[in-house]
Amino acid sequence: MNADYRRELQSYLAGLAIAAVLTVAAFGCVVWTDWPRPAVLWVTAALAATQVAVHLRYFLHLTWRRSNLDRLQLVAFTILLVVLMAGGTLWILGNLRERMM
Amino acid sequence: MSAYESGHDALRSHTTAEEQLFGFWVFLMSDLVLFALLFAVYATMTSATAGGPGAKQVFGLGSVAIQTGVLLASSFTIGMATLAMTYGRSRGSLLLWLAVTLALGVLFLGLEVRDLMAMYAKGAPPTRSGFLSAFFVLVPTHGLHVTAGCVWIVTMIVQVLTFGRSGDVKTRILRLSLFWHFLDVVWVGIFTFVYLQGLA
Repeated sequence: MNADYRRELQSYLAGLAIAAVLTVAAFGCVVWTDWPRPAVLWVTAALAATQVAVHLRYFLHLTWRRSNLDRLQLVAFTILLVVLMAGGTLWILGNLRERMM
Repeated sequence: MSAYESGHDALRSHTTAEEQLFGFWVFLMSDLVLFALLFAVYATMTSATAGGPGAKQVFGLGSVAIQTGVLLASSFTIGMATLAMTYGRSRGSLLLWLAVTLALGVLFLGLEVRDLMAMYAKGAPPTRSGFLSAFFVLVPTHGLHVTAGCVWIVTMIVQVLTFGRSGDVKTRILRLSLFWHFLDVVWVGIFTFVYLQGLA
């Protein structure tokens, strides 16, 4: 029981530390660098994607274990829906704006 | 009650808790679709400022950085609350972690409301442009979720005080922690795509 407790506590602490580092990196990328805008957009987006994965793994306990299969399928299906709906919105409205210019 | 029956009961209550958590995941994912579409609308509106103020005129990174830190810390403290509960630490430590999470949530909301009021004062209300309308839908929707989370924490503190740590109260606190962690995930999207990329 006590070893389990320590292991879970360490997992939360590790998640907190990694998330804090990624957050500081994202803010630092905007505040402390003078990289061109596209570079900043790509780097911050990649940092955000990584941080979401870290939160899912360490805080929401979404791991690749077999007992999590239902949840993983649910999350994967939701990502598919988001890609279709949000991606489709961006594609169509972006295209429309270009034609209106 | 025979050993078989009590074993059967334990099995049933276990499955029910698992099912409840999975059902809550389904809700969270439907909420994620809602936020994803609000993000998509916001992204299509970023240049629709109608001659009004844009991202660089109305956003400040200082307050956003503090809000980000506060929400990340609260995500950790609610994790500590679930650990205190799962490993049968004292009721006091569970209540303390819930109270700390609540305090951080209220602090986050206070900072956000102050920022939004400052935007009104700077001549950037939601009626000014499509960009500001989209912003005032996306960010306060997250704020309303945090408000709901705070109400939920208060409810759980009252339930722990009145019912103790019964099975139902435990699964409710587990679902509350999922909800709270989820709000922090959405906030990662907001501080990146709205604030950081708006000011980049």
